Amino acid sequence: MTGRPFPPGDYDVVVVGSGPGGLQTSYFLGRLGVRHAVLSADDGPGGMFRRFPLFERLISWTHSTADVPLSSREFEAHDQNSLIADEPELRALVPTVLEEGRRRPAREEMETSLRTFAERAEITVRYGSSWRSTRQDGDRLVLATDDGEYRCRAAVLAIGMTEPWVPEIPGLELAHHYVHVENRPGRYRDRRVIIVGKRNSAFEVGEGVVRQGVRELTLVSPRPPDLGRLARSPLRPWYLTPYDEHVRGAPGRYVLNASVERVERIGDAYRVHTLDPTRVEPIVLEADDVIAATGFEAPLRDLAELGVATVLEGRLPALTPYFESVTVPGVYFAGNVTQAALGLRKHGVASVSSMVCGFRYNARILARHLAESLTGTREERPPVPAERVVPYLLAELDRAPELAMQKGYLARVLSAPAGDLRDEGILPLEVFVDGEVDGVAATLEFDADEEIRPVLYVRRGGLLREAVLPPHPLRRYDALAYREALDDLLGPLLRG
Amino acid sequence: MPDGIVDRLAQLTLFGDLRWPELEAVAHTFEEEVFGAGQRVLRQGISGGAFYVILEGEAVVVIDGEERSRLGRGDYFGEISALTGGVPVADIRAETLLRCLSLPGPQLEPFLLEHPTVMLRMLQAEARRLRDSNRWQ
Repeated sequence: MTGRPFPPGDYDVVVVGSGPGGLQTSYFLGRLGVRHAVLSADDGPGGMFRRFPLFERLISWTHSTADVPLSSREFEAHDQNSLIADEPELRALVPTVLEEGRRRPAREEMETSLRTFAERAEITVRYGSSWRSTRQDGDRLVLATDDGEYRCRAAVLAIGMTEPWVPEIPGLELAHHYVHVENRPGRYRDRRVIIVGKRNSAFEVGEGVVRQGVRELTLVSPRPPDLGRLARSPLRPWYLTPYDEHVRGAPGRYVLNASVERVERIGDAYRVHTLDPTRVEPIVLEADDVIAATGFEAPLRDLAELGVATVLEGRLPALTPYFESVTVPGVYFAGNVTQAALGLRKHGVASVSSMVCGFRYNARILARHLAESLTGTREERPPVPAERVVPYLLAELDRAPELAMQKGYLARVLSAPAGDLRDEGILPLEVFVDGEVDGVAATLEFDADEEIRPVLYVRRGGLLREAVLPPHPLRRYDALAYREALDDLLGPLLRG
Repeated sequence: MPDGIVDRLAQLTLFGDLRWPELEAVAHTFEEEVFGAGQRVLRQGISGGAFYVILEGEAVVVIDGEERSRLGRGDYFGEISALTGGVPVADIRAETLLRCLSLPGPQLEPFLLEHPTVMLRMLQAEARRLRDSNRWQ
């Protein structure tokens, strides 16, 4: 085992995971000079993209050309799938591997781009080292691995939310979970398939088996598909095909809103008992295959015993705005588990922290937070002259990729503790709204009608005011009307 | 699907009249949210808030920085701004670890129309609140 990096020992921070979340966090910790180890159970970088998605390309876009250079910050809004970096050679790596004519990467293209990022950024990882258990020892956390113990002041668990999760329905354990579905040509040809679930993975695998020539396909779960949300998502053209066929009456295509009571094995086949609350009679379905597309959980190991509060029956940790366990200090999360940090969720709109385009920015925020809280050093907050404040915020609303991607969740924040405005950077909106410092946060939000609007939060003399501005059909917020609105809103703050 | 949640829902007055499959549908319609002690759940004067039902833990109602009352298991909040389209008149802050079910504000009205017994329970609770507030004056 000699020659492997990061032997067991004492580190300021230990990062667990070598998927996009782990790599992005290590990159920013490195930029800030935070001494840290990176451990991974895998034998190479890529995380979930070493295995998923099974059938389809990703649902997030990567444009290969744009009106801005590929190496610019603005290009990040054109490319939801690359990691971010300060150096041009590390930016926009997905467009460089994307098959000609495509705008959504395949699993293999994601894996390649992440490996390239890890190599070029010289991110060191101790591969083949599984985190097994966790304990506290004074002010240190101790992570036990196959190779020995790692002591640290903060652990960043970038462990993904990709472990199969199956609800406690009698017999459902007989089904194959999504993660165990074989993508082998002809595997589902002429079969009757029931998929339990109605979210991304259910529609993805549904469309996958339809293409194989499935005879009958039924998707069943209690909750109707969230068409409002799906209509805004690139899922629509592919994943929703089974639903589209169901509502138009295609034979052998069914989408049921019913709870699954139990699953039985009858010889080589299955019988699935379901109950639709709007009907008196149960519906009994028969199938050759049952697939549980019932979701995923983060592999939290023994963290619940350590006191880490969880949500969704232990599937995710409950997090603070800085991605720390709400109950056990020092236990942080990166990658798609940061979706558990809720933010304001205005109008029910969630962050996109479950996707690379969301959590890549969370990683930068987390790294700075760790650097500042562990070392006590504070990154400079550059002053913004009063006459520059309005044009600066309008330019950010216009072009900041963080605001465009993480709507209603991330904001450009300027603080005004003593009258002078300082740039606090991009922060979770919740940090400013629930804080006490005077200043302004600018963000883009979906409103109740799913229109995108610029929203300003201004605190002066401790009093917070929310200003929801009108939408613009071309999403250009440098127009005169917005300038005047910001002048009015910020006038008192700028005049001190 | 989340059996634990369904069991807990069945014990709350608000959902006491629902049959099992309906409770299961409710559990799937609402989102579960967990807040650490001190975290804010609803914010005074900020639009777009949700409707919340407390499953576990305690919360405080704070108006202009002043604590007004306490909420616990089975209590709910956010329905007034969700139904009237206004902004919350109070902060709701978690006092302990707080486990809630939430429904985005615009979805509350259609949810109540689909579940009239829940609407009736909510109306009774609002009527009691009104009676109690009159009595105090």
